[in-house]
Amino acid sequence: MIRIRTPNRRHLLAGAAATAATLAAPAIGRAQGGPLKVGVLLPRSGFEAGIGQDCQRGVEIAPAIFKSMGLPDLAIMDGDTESSVDTARARAEKLINDGAQLLIGAFDSGQSTAIAQVAEQKGIPFVINIAAAPDITEQGYKFVFRNFPTAAMILGDAFANQKEIFEIVGAAPKTVVFMHVNDTFGTAMSKGIGAVMPKFNMPYTIAEEIPYDPAARDLSVEVAKAKATNADALLLVSRLNDAMLMTRELVKQRWTPQAILSMGPGWYEDQYLKTLGKLADGPLSFVPWYDPNKKLSQKLEAALAKSFPGINLNTNHIFTFEALLVAADAYKRAGSSDPKALADAIRTTNITDNVSIGGGIQFNAKGQNDKVKDGAIQNRGGKLVTLAPKDAANAKPGWPMKSYQDRG
Amino acid sequence: MPFDVYLNVAVGGILTGLVYGLMALGLSVIFGVVRVVNFAHGEMMSIAMYLAVVLFSGLHLDPLIMLAPIAAVLFVFGYALQAGLINPFITRPEHSQFLLLVALAIIIVNTLLIVFGPDARTVQTSYAYDSFQLGTLIVDATKLYAGGAAILFAALLFGFFRFTLIGKAIRACADNHTGALVVGLNVRHLYALTFALGAACVGAAGTMMTLIIDVTPMVGPTYTLLAFVIVVTGGLGSMPGALIGGVVIGLTEALAGLLFTPSAKSMFAFAILVLVLLFRPQGILGKRVI
Repeated sequence: MIRIRTPNRRHLLAGAAATAATLAAPAIGRAQGGPLKVGVLLPRSGFEAGIGQDCQRGVEIAPAIFKSMGLPDLAIMDGDTESSVDTARARAEKLINDGAQLLIGAFDSGQSTAIAQVAEQKGIPFVINIAAAPDITEQGYKFVFRNFPTAAMILGDAFANQKEIFEIVGAAPKTVVFMHVNDTFGTAMSKGIGAVMPKFNMPYTIAEEIPYDPAARDLSVEVAKAKATNADALLLVSRLNDAMLMTRELVKQRWTPQAILSMGPGWYEDQYLKTLGKLADGPLSFVPWYDPNKKLSQKLEAALAKSFPGINLNTNHIFTFEALLVAADAYKRAGSSDPKALADAIRTTNITDNVSIGGGIQFNAKGQNDKVKDGAIQNRGGKLVTLAPKDAANAKPGWPMKSYQDRG
Repeated sequence: MPFDVYLNVAVGGILTGLVYGLMALGLSVIFGVVRVVNFAHGEMMSIAMYLAVVLFSGLHLDPLIMLAPIAAVLFVFGYALQAGLINPFITRPEHSQFLLLVALAIIIVNTLLIVFGPDARTVQTSYAYDSFQLGTLIVDATKLYAGGAAILFAALLFGFFRFTLIGKAIRACADNHTGALVVGLNVRHLYALTFALGAACVGAAGTMMTLIIDVTPMVGPTYTLLAFVIVVTGGLGSMPGALIGGVVIGLTEALAGLLFTPSAKSMFAFAILVLVLLFRPQGILGKRVI
């Protein structure tokens, strides 16, 4: 006679445990290794395409360096924001749906803000490579981290570095025209100037503020308006295309200010240097930069020179590389691709062997790296030299700018 | 602000406006005769701009020299487009024409994006950074050449319509379609020819525009919209109106940027459009329809 065993409480418990183990299997699988899937969102097309594609170089040189540092592999999933906030949001959602376990990006403050909202909602860590609008890390987000200074930090360092340069050259402008793009970053910088500048007792006053469209195709009116103020120097927050347009207009309108003081991208990009040749020499950029004396900087410079000969290491490469460094370091320490474990690991990041100027990479309670510092650089003969802060400097400032009409 | 600043900005605005005007002239000619609104107008201009960029970067051919050849290429493209694709839609409802031309515009933008990528491209001529100084007036050399070429091209077009038999036949088609058929004119051919002339205008304007602005695949939709603003301001279907509209919009954008805030200059161009629609709906030189 066959006895049919009826399930008792012990059997039910054993079955439930087996089911739970089966359901948990993917999570265990995630912990077992394999490359971390990192969605890299950049403006690879649209009006910011030049800079987005430059950031991509930082992505491409990272794997070999990470390998030499004993860091785990990353599987990169590319996403194009098309220089649009709406597309950035949609691409972030798509990358997460396609399996991205961590997001990186997106160069632009507006686009990064949109991605941060998606990342927080979905519970996926987002490491910002470049974006300065302060609000992004003021929302109480738990999954958003920024290894880049805020607008206020950029401005504070910019004014400090400017004063250092004015002291070295023994001269300073008395008036400046402040021209800035009217996007999220430009507007944040404009607001920040009012709050930060008075604290630094700068030798100049702002004669006029001229906001303009970052996608503008003609800046002749803007430059004419700036020239009419008879200011000594230009204080700028721009992008790449508009920086080139503005330089052309300065040449055509026969105006060489005493100095071009840029507090954003554009004026030091490779495309700017290569397109404008001798006309690119002279502008000073006060930007988050690399410390040429740090070991990893030298490694990164060598890797870039090998993969992209003739391209100068710049902010785009440095901070995109460092965002990936944060991801790889966190993945190694977490031992898991579980988003919460990754976020917890990122929160306790302490990378001292890094590239950017400052005291390494650590994140405060808001997810902001408040140790990162800006540098002052100058375009010289198609290369970039570091002028300030003193610890990171490798050249003396050229002052004032040589007239555009005398450059042959 | 000193007077010479206003003068410099106004001259720059007028010269840019002349190129805008030539671009819009093409749209006006096509609508005035064929009665089809070309919603792919700016995109056709971007084809000409890329042709100019490719010829300059590949063969070092100056856009001013390539003005006529590129206009000729666009002429052939326009003729083929009208005869092969648009002509069957002439008697169809306007929304069908609209969808056809918007689809064409999207195809052009995306084809350019695939072929040339998203980066801005530019033409660096030997005179790209030149300017002429007359006292306190500084005139941008590229804008001066572009504006001068726009006047020349527009004058040739006016001459063609006024003094040649084909030009008169096209005007006859525009004035009385049935009458043109009765007297035995080949209206189908004349429509294709008109569309081709409109395309040649936009080809010439695009070639000159490369001297003033960088080209990206996305430049097209912006200029399609601008062309509409100009022809409505100048008077839809009026050839001199298109040129005057271009100058008015170019000047308005320039002075608004100077007097108010540069980032709002496009807003003032649209404000002019609203004022025209409110107080002179037929446009500056358009005929009132009773």
